[in-house]
Amino acid sequence: MNEKAIEHAHRIGGVVLALEGVSLAFGGVKALSDVSFDVREHEVRAIIGPNGAGKSSMLNVINGVYHPQQGTIRYLGREYHDMDPHEVAMSGISRTFQNLALFKGMSVLDNIMSGRNLKMHSNILLQALRIGPALREEIEHREVVEGIIDFLEIQAYRKTQVGRLPYGLQKRVDLARALAMEPRILLLDEPMAGMNMEEKQDMCRFILDVNDEFGTTIVLIEHDMSVVMDISDRVLVLDYGKKIGDGTPDEVRANQAVIEAYLGVSH
Amino acid sequence: MFYRENGQFKSNYASDQQMLPILQDRVFMGLLLVFAFGAVPLFVSDYVFLSLLIPFLILTLAAIGLNILVGYCGQISIGHAAFMSVGAYAAYNLALRLPQLNFLVVLVLAGLIAAAVGILFGIPSLRIKGLYLAVATLAAQFFTDWLFARVKWFTNYSSSGSVSTAPIELFGWKVDSPAEKYLFLLGVLVVFTVVAKNLVRGHIGRAWMSMRDMDVAAEVIGIRPVYAKLTAFAVSSFYVGVAGALWGFVYLGAWEPLAFNLSLSLNLLFMIIIGGMGSLLGSYFGAAFIVALPILLDQVPNWLGVEMSTALASHLASMIFGSLIVFFLIVEPHGLARLWAIGKEKLRLWPFPH
Ligand SMILES: Nc1ncnc2c1ncn2[C@@H]1O[C@H](COP(=O)(O)OP(=O)(O)OP(=O)(O)O)[C@@H](O)[C@H]1O
Ligand SMILES: [Mg+2]
Repeated sequence: MNEKAIEHAHRIGGVVLALEGVSLAFGGVKALSDVSFDVREHEVRAIIGPNGAGKSSMLNVINGVYHPQQGTIRYLGREYHDMDPHEVAMSGISRTFQNLALFKGMSVLDNIMSGRNLKMHSNILLQALRIGPALREEIEHREVVEGIIDFLEIQAYRKTQVGRLPYGLQKRVDLARALAMEPRILLLDEPMAGMNMEEKQDMCRFILDVNDEFGTTIVLIEHDMSVVMDISDRVLVLDYGKKIGDGTPDEVRANQAVIEAYLGVSH
Repeated sequence: MFYRENGQFKSNYASDQQMLPILQDRVFMGLLLVFAFGAVPLFVSDYVFLSLLIPFLILTLAAIGLNILVGYCGQISIGHAAFMSVGAYAAYNLALRLPQLNFLVVLVLAGLIAAAVGILFGIPSLRIKGLYLAVATLAAQFFTDWLFARVKWFTNYSSSGSVSTAPIELFGWKVDSPAEKYLFLLGVLVVFTVVAKNLVRGHIGRAWMSMRDMDVAAEVIGIRPVYAKLTAFAVSSFYVGVAGALWGFVYLGAWEPLAFNLSLSLNLLFMIIIGGMGSLLGSYFGAAFIVALPILLDQVPNWLGVEMSTALASHLASMIFGSLIVFFLIVEPHGLARLWAIGKEKLRLWPFPH
């Protein structure tokens, strides 16, 4: 292990998020069956599995888009049920989306600024006149957003309408918007899907830098095994909504059930 | 060649966030305001004021209101004339029953009452979208049509059901002549346009647009849909309510409940479709277009020396509206405002092709 890796390993803290026996079904389709797993502070936690395994559903359960029929979610020691997505967002969990979910009609800058909305409180009258706190707030948050824009190297596209950007850059704006919330936990749903080699490397670097510099805990869904094995501390493996493996990349690689699921031997 | 932002570097975020960051735009806007306030009243005839400029200014205000809801927040409403009528009757009753109130206060209160009614009819938007919401907003139209025709208190028990107003007075200024009405309305519209611009570029505006573009993602990043949608309904109805009060007091002077019927609602929608969804400038274009087209169709044959009956002219107007709406819906959903932006983009590059 090199020095950086050792330092990183030391930073990993206690459990911040734990799911216990979570089950989620859509009519007859069982998206998740009795899945338990936890996430530790500052770690990079990967979720892998074949198509339809329930990975995205897992993120949707965590941030309140879906409410599981069974099971509990503990975040920072508190249990939560049926929280609305915006309440989860308030509590410091943000995410990106598998199929881009940007605000297409808005500029890159406005998309990222909207990630700061939950920190902006000036009332409608002050905004209407754009005076005092309303104006100060716009400028303060703009400064934070500019920092993120620099960090992700998208300065040139600030004023561009986001729908006109190429796919790879849209993925980056999606990450920028999630980062603008200054989350404690960042959920990334296939942030590198559909990217070429170079774009993937850039994205990997950004994710690791976020983890390093801001200490953000990261939960990552990814299909590219080399990426997953490279950057994650622990890996959860799902198949048909069930947990079939959980551990360090090396442990998971050696796990017979995982090998079978991926080779499609026994179903 | 001369329309450039090159060389105009922004040294801080405040100046980059100005309403008109490009110097030439600011100069143009300044000249336009001087022209509209200073020059227009000197040479425009009463006929042009009454049949063109006054309805244009009021309908622009209403179109901005509808645009906030439909164009910015993505919530459809096909009953928006209902909120105009709420504004108009609220102002009528306030002026009647509390004659000591300043008309500006009456206007704001009428807007607030319309906003409250707007919130009420906006509640279905929390559960339903698209066509279903459109039908729900139609209920607002039928409800107010019924209310102001049947509940006589609102029309002060007038036997014909119509109401009439006295010319408005502001701090001793009697706004009576067409030119005075024009100046008053222009002042109101400028203020409301600036306010709308401030709102749509503030965090509330981003919340509205996030609802329009991707509501699930908006909620996941912490935007409350209830707040975003209901404030859009409230602000929208406020604008439309104020426009309704002005329509009644300044343009019509006397009116009956039919003045705010479904066809006015549809006209408001046409304005923002033709002018441009999600664009304040588009609201101006759309209102100008709707007001000017029938008059042009009436006049142009005269100028050309061609005979055309009024019936034919009005049929032509309907056909042109119809085709343009189809055109814009299919080809350019952002309306005239988008065409304007493309023109400006070309101008920015001119005379170099790239
Ligand atoms: N809203 C929904 N309604 C009905 N079924 C759903 C819904 N969302 C997910 N499912 C089903 O749940 C199962 C798990 O889906 P999910 O999207 O979580 O898989 P995934 O692991 O993210 O797959 P992929 O790798 O393709 O993204 C699938 O069978 C899917 O069809
Ligand atoms: Mg998925």
